[in-house]
Amino acid sequence: MNMAKGRFDNLKGWLYLLPAILFLGAFLVYPLIDVFIYSFEEGYNFTSQTYYGVGLYNYSYVLHDPYFLQAVKNTFILVIITVPLSTGLALLISVALHSITRFRNLLQTIYFLPYVTNTLAVGLVFMILFKKTAYSDGMINLLINFFGGSSIDFIDGPYWAKMLVLCIYTIWVVMPFKILILTGALASVNEDYYKAARVDGTSKFRIFRKITLPMISPMIFYLVITGFIGAFKAYSDVVALFGTDLNAAEMNTIVGYVYDMLYGDSGGYPSYASAAAIILFVIILTITCINLLVSGRRAQR
Amino acid sequence: MEIVLQNLTMRFPSRDRKNKEEVVAVNDFTFTVPDGELIALLGPSGCGKSTTLNMISGLLKPTEGKIFFGKDEVTNLAPEHRGIGLVFQNYALYPHLTVRQNIQFPLENRKGKEKLSKEQMRKMVDEAAHLVQIDSLMDRRPAELSGGQQQRVAIARALVKQPRVLLLDEPLSNLDARLRLQTRDEIRRIQRETGITTIFVTHDQDEAMSISDRIVVMNEGVVQQTGKPQEVYDSPVNLFVAKFLGTPPINVFEGRLRDGWLYIGEDKVLKVSGAAAAGGSEDPKAFSGVAAHEKAGQGVLSDQDVWVGVRPESFLLREEGPFVCDLNRVEVMGRDISVLSRNRASVNPTVRSIISTESRVDTSSPTVRFALRPEKVFLFDKKTEERIGFTLQQGEQR
Repeated sequence: MNMAKGRFDNLKGWLYLLPAILFLGAFLVYPLIDVFIYSFEEGYNFTSQTYYGVGLYNYSYVLHDPYFLQAVKNTFILVIITVPLSTGLALLISVALHSITRFRNLLQTIYFLPYVTNTLAVGLVFMILFKKTAYSDGMINLLINFFGGSSIDFIDGPYWAKMLVLCIYTIWVVMPFKILILTGALASVNEDYYKAARVDGTSKFRIFRKITLPMISPMIFYLVITGFIGAFKAYSDVVALFGTDLNAAEMNTIVGYVYDMLYGDSGGYPSYASAAAIILFVIILTITCINLLVSGRRAQR
Repeated sequence: MEIVLQNLTMRFPSRDRKNKEEVVAVNDFTFTVPDGELIALLGPSGCGKSTTLNMISGLLKPTEGKIFFGKDEVTNLAPEHRGIGLVFQNYALYPHLTVRQNIQFPLENRKGKEKLSKEQMRKMVDEAAHLVQIDSLMDRRPAELSGGQQQRVAIARALVKQPRVLLLDEPLSNLDARLRLQTRDEIRRIQRETGITTIFVTHDQDEAMSISDRIVVMNEGVVQQTGKPQEVYDSPVNLFVAKFLGTPPINVFEGRLRDGWLYIGEDKVLKVSGAAAAGGSEDPKAFSGVAAHEKAGQGVLSDQDVWVGVRPESFLLREEGPFVCDLNRVEVMGRDISVLSRNRASVNPTVRSIISTESRVDTSSPTVRFALRPEKVFLFDKKTEERIGFTLQQGEQR
């Protein structure tokens, strides 16, 4: 009797899960497996659905493609600069926000605005700030000129200038969410811990390092992990700043490379696109595993 | 370390935008805590007892008044320089640190000349841990401890820096009933062993009565009465104190004074004579509160309406007793019997009286008759609710 009921409950559970399983299976798991298979099929053609052979040639091609290597370099620079900087800045701003009472809500709203603003709209604003036009060199250049410097072409100029703009842009876009999460985490730390520490004569810095930071560290790790994943998948931001011909601008990212291989000017190399996508997947998986290992070890200590 | 509170007052600005009036949390609190005593600040929630504690700890700065630790004035001193140990209701143990690290935390803050070596710290932590008997738990984290053990760790952390004063904010409220009894004995023991002047805040009168040397009863920011627990219980200065102390609570009746007699309803229960108790010499038991003497006693015996407070243990079962109630129910509690009855003049729906198990209550009778022990009956002014110092006596029954 009991067994029968248990089995029925089990069945009901599966029934509830069915819609999600079906959709995820059809639109996520199946394509993933398919991409994996494509990545080994040489010269696959969409229209004829034929290929020449099976092997590692796609990977070899992609890994020797200078455009791909440029994209990997760009992506890694972006990740390494923006993830720590944006998280650190967000932490600083959150702590500052947490320690004031007046205007806190107003400032919180202002800091959150970029999050609800469309990426392309933000890109437009950055254009006004950085892009050279027939009429002006952009706001930032006006400022540089004011202090006696000479104009720099941030959008079509030297590589470092373009990378600088991209990093600033990325940090600016991802920070609001981090501030939101961190102010929430800070607010959830019980006041009594601080009172106890104050009575014991703990310095402000020590309170922050020994109490606040450990208490909110799960949230920081969450932000670092999602930050890494987000930055590795960067694409729309780059398009918003530098247009669609990213290879020519030397500003392509891995996702951009995959997109170009699928639909770009060179058009229609799904095998190479799949191989690049799988390489990106492996990179993200590795980095996330390392992150989880580090945070797990810290939590254990 | 003696603690002197002088005219301590705390006013908070109003949060209500329409009503700008300030909120007075503590009003003109003057009290001296003798060296080495355990004092309970007792009162209902919102009475200002925690605010007072926070002012003593230095976490809050009083609007007016002064605080002295011994001869040093500490009113404007930051909390870390006062030499206090503070224990919170929720213990506030750092969850990511072990018990040892938690207790050691205050010691690690010392800098410069006061800086301690690892060896010294270890010794002090071990001593504190031994005092509260948690030696075997040193490597655990707070989440792995029971509520009572966490409380001990919190006390050890407060004591490790050898403070001049120990402050406990509702230390027992987060514990279950059995553990609460145990822990309060434990707090008493630790206080006795260290001889440290201790102030603890509670809303539980039972707790306050059982372990403190002295209690301070507060209501709405004003000190109502201070004294030894039994003194305050035996001689409350006003209706609030009478109602707040004692389990089961005191029974309150509407009464009248007429021609030298106290009437409850139509029953002529006790004989009243003038303000003789003011000096307290004739019968000190009847009226011995120090503060009460000052406030009351000037009353001249006159016919008036009064509140009558009757402690549950004041009822004596007597067949010819003058006080008649409608019998409701009898509860046998083991060591004594509760008689629940009704009386029209009673403020509460039920009159609860406690009598000894030797008495027999005739449950078939619709009424029950009592005599009242005069020393456990208090009269309060109908308007001010202050105690009136008339002497009560059992009258001769006609």
